[in-house]
Amino acid sequence: MKGMSIIVQKICQIVAPVIFLFGIYIVIHGHLTPGGGFAGGVIMAGAFIFQIISYGSDLPKLQKKEFSLEILESSGILGFLIIACLGLLFSTVGIFFANFLPTGKIGELVSAGYIPLANIVVAAEVSAAISLIFLAMIVFKEEISDDR
Amino acid sequence: MILYILCFVLFMVGLYGVLVKRNLIKIIIGLAIIEYSVFLFLILIGYVKDGTAPILNSEAEGAIFVDPLPQAMVLTAIVIGLATTAMLLSIAIRLYRKYGTFDIREIRSLKG
Amino acid sequence: MNNLVPLYIVVPLGFALLSAILGKFIRDIGKYLLNIGLLFLTILTIYLIVYVPETLIYRVGGFEDINSIPIAIYMMIDGFTKILLLVISLVGFLVALYSISYTKQYTAEPKFYILFLLMMTGMFGMVISGDIFNMYVYLEIAAIASYALVAFGIEKHQLEASFKYQVLGCVGSMLILMGIGFIYWQTGTLNVADIATQLPAAGPYTKFVSVLFIVGFGLKAAMFPFHAWLPDAHSSAPSPISAMLSGVLIKAIGIYVIFRLFFNMFALSPQIAMAITVLGILSMLVGVLLAIGQWDIKRLLAYHSISQIGYVVLGVGIGMILLANDGDKAIAAFSIMGGLFHLINHSFFKGLLFLNSGAIETATGTRNMKKLGGLSEKMPVTTATTFSASMAISGIPPFNGFFSKLIIIIAAVQAGFYWLAFIAVIVSIITLASFTKVMRYTFYNKKLPERLSKIKESPFAMALSMSIMAVLCLAFSLLVIPEFREIVFSPAVEALMGASPPINSLMGY
Repeated sequence: MKGMSIIVQKICQIVAPVIFLFGIYIVIHGHLTPGGGFAGGVIMAGAFIFQIISYGSDLPKLQKKEFSLEILESSGILGFLIIACLGLLFSTVGIFFANFLPTGKIGELVSAGYIPLANIVVAAEVSAAISLIFLAMIVFKEEISDDR
Repeated sequence: MILYILCFVLFMVGLYGVLVKRNLIKIIIGLAIIEYSVFLFLILIGYVKDGTAPILNSEAEGAIFVDPLPQAMVLTAIVIGLATTAMLLSIAIRLYRKYGTFDIREIRSLKG
Repeated sequence: MNNLVPLYIVVPLGFALLSAILGKFIRDIGKYLLNIGLLFLTILTIYLIVYVPETLIYRVGGFEDINSIPIAIYMMIDGFTKILLLVISLVGFLVALYSISYTKQYTAEPKFYILFLLMMTGMFGMVISGDIFNMYVYLEIAAIASYALVAFGIEKHQLEASFKYQVLGCVGSMLILMGIGFIYWQTGTLNVADIATQLPAAGPYTKFVSVLFIVGFGLKAAMFPFHAWLPDAHSSAPSPISAMLSGVLIKAIGIYVIFRLFFNMFALSPQIAMAITVLGILSMLVGVLLAIGQWDIKRLLAYHSISQIGYVVLGVGIGMILLANDGDKAIAAFSIMGGLFHLINHSFFKGLLFLNSGAIETATGTRNMKKLGGLSEKMPVTTATTFSASMAISGIPPFNGFFSKLIIIIAAVQAGFYWLAFIAVIVSIITLASFTKVMRYTFYNKKLPERLSKIKESPFAMALSMSIMAVLCLAFSLLVIPEFREIVFSPAVEALMGASPPINSLMGY
């Protein structure tokens, strides 16, 4: 699909990194303010989608992106599963999903066990997944062959 | 009490959309309205009078919080609803490429 | 020993993600991971059934009860769960063997195995979870994976069937979520055992929530008024997926949950028990009467699925009616045992029938019985396995279908429901008639048409898995012997019926 006019492209250059940074802020403060992994991941995907809409789609470049996005998405959930399984090995109780990192003071950025790590991993997965859904729907329609 | 009845009315509006409309996209929008009405209903259940957001800060000890469990349930259900809608839309796009139309009266190759 | 419980979720989910990552670098790793994972889980399930008779309870995160109120997420394996685990893992493993050679015709082959493993995660999680909201989450995981798998070949009829399936499935899920909301409003907890103590018995509020759950889970289990999606979805899906859907999915996410909730969570009320049994009888009749006139093999098998699910609901429903009216507990236990035995049997013979239709379709390229004929001289293995599966579903001794249908009919007669037993016998005779038609038109009694004279037998993996399933169809009739009955069925019947043992062991653990 074709891109948009030059005004939209210039504004995209300025605004898309700011959106991405805002998404990272919501993810990292997930245990202190509302938001967390899923909401921050969606905002991060929004920055990516904004770029594609304003610049148009270039098929070979986006196919290479699809490869790395799939690996990022699966690694995200695998990381979450590994954090859950580490609770089996390292905590004192030896049970699935137990909180095994030290919880600090309430309100600090570094506190609450493994919850910030889980937020980061979930955000990586969600942003990759939503970008993949967008790519699959809009850009790869040229690959669908018509029926016989 | 009136709010719960309004949630139910919204459910009926979505169900009307699923049953009566003939365009595939309008059926999907009807399903989305049904989902959102159920999420609204779940959040309304957890309301406590004069409660604030249920996040534990260092200054808000001993305040009244609204119930956080329905909020966690609705967050999970929103993600599931997103996956369902994405799945439905992908099938609708493929159907359009195969049949050339969104009208469900034309998409009838299975009978009996 | 309790630490074995999360393996049922970690193994399929971990293998799905590993095959997604490694499948881009190593070819065909999805097949190996799928088969190894399901073989491991089958062996684990058989070990649990034979050597570990007590209920296993696992609290995720290790949060202990506060003032004896359960606050953790519970995972629970008791007798009823073990039967479903055996069915899911064993049928899943045999279908995975079959799909090694079946999926060679698809270009997007690695994604089939990822979706299959995700569907297994959803089904296992639903069966072992101990609170209703996690049941809903795993239900959605399994359902969304199955929507994608039904549309896997991207032909016209597959897309249309998947769309119909999705719309009805989504409405059902929303009704279930609303029911969960109503339960939380009244009791303030989500744990199944805790709700059983808190829910007020048999008022209009409880009846409304029961009706919401029956409609919602009935849409997932394809009982009578909600069966409209099943013929399209199960006949258009690829054959191993039809076998999984019809043999395992509608039981794990439909029948299992209805019986778990109505026996262990709600207090038994006579009207709801009567409603469930009536729905079962209507499913039996409608399914088999609509199946006779079909000429498409898989559509005929899909309609028969509706009718056999009606048998299972009838068997357990008679037990429910007897318990709700304070009847004879021995007859109720006998009837529930018959229903559960038929549940196991149906997974195996219906799965085998769908795999056979897949073998016929890959060899000849058509599913229409009018265009086939005389295949028995070229495809001996397929003929033998279809013959044994047809005998099993019609209830001919010594196959397993005979024993389970006999137990249900005897229980109905002993409980005094003579009309129900009569209808069950009539339905069984009509089932025999339609399967004789299938065998005649496809395999025997007609000459092979000219264009089909060059077909060969199915590939090795498909033939191996079909033969193992046919042998199991004979072997499961041994479960009627009282020693095996004690191991497999008595814990399940006790878990459903008697003094709610899951509640006692959950609360005072």
